[in-house]
Amino acid sequence: MAGLATSLGSGAMTNSIDEIEFAKVLFVIGSNTTECHPVVALKIKDAVSKHGAKLIVADPRKTELCDFATLHLQHKPGTDVALINGLLNVILSENLHNKPYIDERTEGFEEMAKVVANYPPERVEKITGVPKEKIVEAARTYATLKPASIIYCMGITQHRTGTDNVFSLANLAMVTGNIGVESGGLNPLRGQNNVQGACDMGALPNVLTAYQRVDDPALREKFARAWQVNSLPDRPGLTISEMLNAATKGSLKSLFIMGENPALSEANLNHAREALKKLEFIVVQDIFLTETAQMADVVLPAACFAEKEGTFTNTERRVQLVRKALEPPGEALPDWQIIAKLSTLLGYPMRYKNAEQIFKEIVKLTPSYAGITYKRLENGGIQWPCPDKNHPGTKILHKERFARGKGRFHPIEYLGPAETPDSEYPFYLMTGRVLWQFHTSTMSGQVDGLNQIAGEPFVQVNPQDAADLGISDGETVRVSTRRGELLIKVKITPMVDKGSIFAPFHYSKAPVNLLTSDALDSIAKIPGLKVCAASITKL
Amino acid sequence: MSKVKMKIDEKVIETESGKTVLQAATQAGIEIPHLCYHPRLPGTGACRLCVVEVKGARALAASCVLPVSENLEVYTNTERVRKARRLVLDLLLSNHPLDCLTCEMAGRCDLQRYAYELGIKETSFKGEKTNFGVREREPFFLRDYDKCILCGRCVSACAEVRHRYVIDFSHRGFATRITTPYDLPLLEGGCEFCGECVQVCPVGALVEKGRIQKGRNWETKRTQTICPYCGVGCTLELHTYKNRIVNVTAPEGVGVNRGSLCVKGRFGIAEFVNSPKRLKKPLVRKNGKLVETSWKNALKMVAARLKEIKERYGAQSIGFFSSAKCTNEENYLLQKFARAVIGTNNIEHCARL
Repeated sequence: MAGLATSLGSGAMTNSIDEIEFAKVLFVIGSNTTECHPVVALKIKDAVSKHGAKLIVADPRKTELCDFATLHLQHKPGTDVALINGLLNVILSENLHNKPYIDERTEGFEEMAKVVANYPPERVEKITGVPKEKIVEAARTYATLKPASIIYCMGITQHRTGTDNVFSLANLAMVTGNIGVESGGLNPLRGQNNVQGACDMGALPNVLTAYQRVDDPALREKFARAWQVNSLPDRPGLTISEMLNAATKGSLKSLFIMGENPALSEANLNHAREALKKLEFIVVQDIFLTETAQMADVVLPAACFAEKEGTFTNTERRVQLVRKALEPPGEALPDWQIIAKLSTLLGYPMRYKNAEQIFKEIVKLTPSYAGITYKRLENGGIQWPCPDKNHPGTKILHKERFARGKGRFHPIEYLGPAETPDSEYPFYLMTGRVLWQFHTSTMSGQVDGLNQIAGEPFVQVNPQDAADLGISDGETVRVSTRRGELLIKVKITPMVDKGSIFAPFHYSKAPVNLLTSDALDSIAKIPGLKVCAASITKL
Repeated sequence: MSKVKMKIDEKVIETESGKTVLQAATQAGIEIPHLCYHPRLPGTGACRLCVVEVKGARALAASCVLPVSENLEVYTNTERVRKARRLVLDLLLSNHPLDCLTCEMAGRCDLQRYAYELGIKETSFKGEKTNFGVREREPFFLRDYDKCILCGRCVSACAEVRHRYVIDFSHRGFATRITTPYDLPLLEGGCEFCGECVQVCPVGALVEKGRIQKGRNWETKRTQTICPYCGVGCTLELHTYKNRIVNVTAPEGVGVNRGSLCVKGRFGIAEFVNSPKRLKKPLVRKNGKLVETSWKNALKMVAARLKEIKERYGAQSIGFFSSAKCTNEENYLLQKFARAVIGTNNIEHCARL
């Protein structure tokens, strides 16, 4: 989100899910939408088959969405910036850019244009492996049909150059004047039900709610007064990856973990697990005894979504009501009640009667949520920003002007992934999700039917590579990287290109994040989970 | 779209061109019985239950495929119409098991409802019945094609809503049934188990396995809420009975999903929420093992240890992982706790992962 916030001033989906169906061209990059956001994939398919939209899919794998695509740009993993610069190069050299829009609403165009001039299709073909004719055709399609919507996901952000990738996409959307228009925009699909909300609520080391910076004294003062404390910490804190590093080094002593499972989801898992072991005190609040909970000193039983009230904010910034359908099992309590009790014990009483009371406090401190009430949410959600009680919510961001004033172009040079294949580790290893499981399988792994279909970890290998290695479908092989190795069954499929392999990270039985790289993006600090170099050994 | 004025049951109705008579009637609050028609699917005119009398026309017309037009006059509930409907139902019931005592759809079955409304106790046609048997080996839902009325909603839902084309009509005449290609198991036929077909089935032919014998339709409570899986935020309805989730559906036309869900949302929730492995009591580590304790003890211990660590190493030695699975209120409260009570900005959640 750091990339979007810097380019446009706000890190969220610029448009709405409903608008996708009416885009004239959809550029889907780094998103296996069918498996990871199935209901959004329906809108994309509706756009193509019901309204004749053109679909361009850029993905190193031949995902299901490619069946609906006019063009599939099968670029090498981690070469997104080069690919996007190539598209920009064609658009500028063929004069397909929107000059009035660029003049009026953006800044930094010249610097960006200078950099992309060095990415002619011939050079981009060499870097990405995408034939130059396809690059030209994709650029023309994207730039000439309007509105054009870009949809992206973790396939873009979980790289060492994740922020660069997002900057590049913002360049592409702005150069064609597609931001602030109905059915256009730049649309990140968020992976967890309330990841948008958790960001909005300030569960981030550098900002309070609604991205109000902790290093701004006036904002700190506002919160300190509302919370009735003398002062608030002024220096940005540590990210999850940095906290784990600090634990390894010994400067972090204790972790309080609410509903997360870093012992399975973190990159370079051995390192993460070592870090957790070094801590003096771990508290875990969760609904199951997860891999992380098993390492804790105290485990607190939490109510799940169906057993409590509150709100979630979805990927299109829609705040929606979560309603209680049943009582939690045993003595489990909603997370907010646990925090409130603990806080009271520590001498800072939190006496909320219900979740709504907390929400009323939130809206007072959170400008983008200011006009939202539970009552208003009764009839469907409201999309932020919603600054006052009469505001209907905001379907499209940056309509008249960008949240930061002018949209900022960024000149981005191609850096490539932190690791590329060599003779020792000749494959690109990519990671991701499958339709049938979710994240670390804490929830989906409890479901017999899902396990029946996809209960076993696997690695996808191209038929040609499988033949060269003499391995057959279902055979167990050893996959190794510089960080670790694991035994895993092979699934032979043309979905992955020659030289690439793919494995989902859902499974504790074969935790793929033992293998992944924790090389961080320098701005957003996301680990490069998506690509690293690996080898396959027949046993 | 232009305005169209027409009459339904002598009532003047204003509607738009492009709509069907059934849609115009529904909009005007006039209910026309129907089985194959579903608001999210294209009309097929297959079941003939929605027939209406059209002024000036010789034959009855299926209102789900009859477009509205200026000055059109239709009658939805004449004796002639009711007779035709009764015949349609009579014929459908001639090859439909009358096991409403145990059928999971009882109380929500359209066939049962219309038979009740028209007072049809049993069929007047005696003859052969199909004997396809129940397919129940596959995950999530069973298929009892002896109950299938061949309305085609499932076929349309799979093709038009999901773009999957996994099922279609096969064979002909009395032997007609819904199958996958070559009658393969659903998974091999390309099924993603989204359950759209189950949701639109008007009878008990497609039934979620998880709900079987877990509570009747009129006993379960339904609560509208938001799916806990990905960030799309689909609206769900949790059906609960005796403090257990017995089924999950999506309310038609509501939320970003408008009634659609994926396999996880529809079939991947009840089991984890109801799981016996859920944590029920606080645990603390004693001699290297996690053992059950009271809330009072557990919280006292957490408070004491956090206080001690903060005093000894400073507030920056404590970190918080918040959660993209928890509510806004909970995320807000945890960052408030970290900042105002402990005094650190060391808080994040898995936004980056």
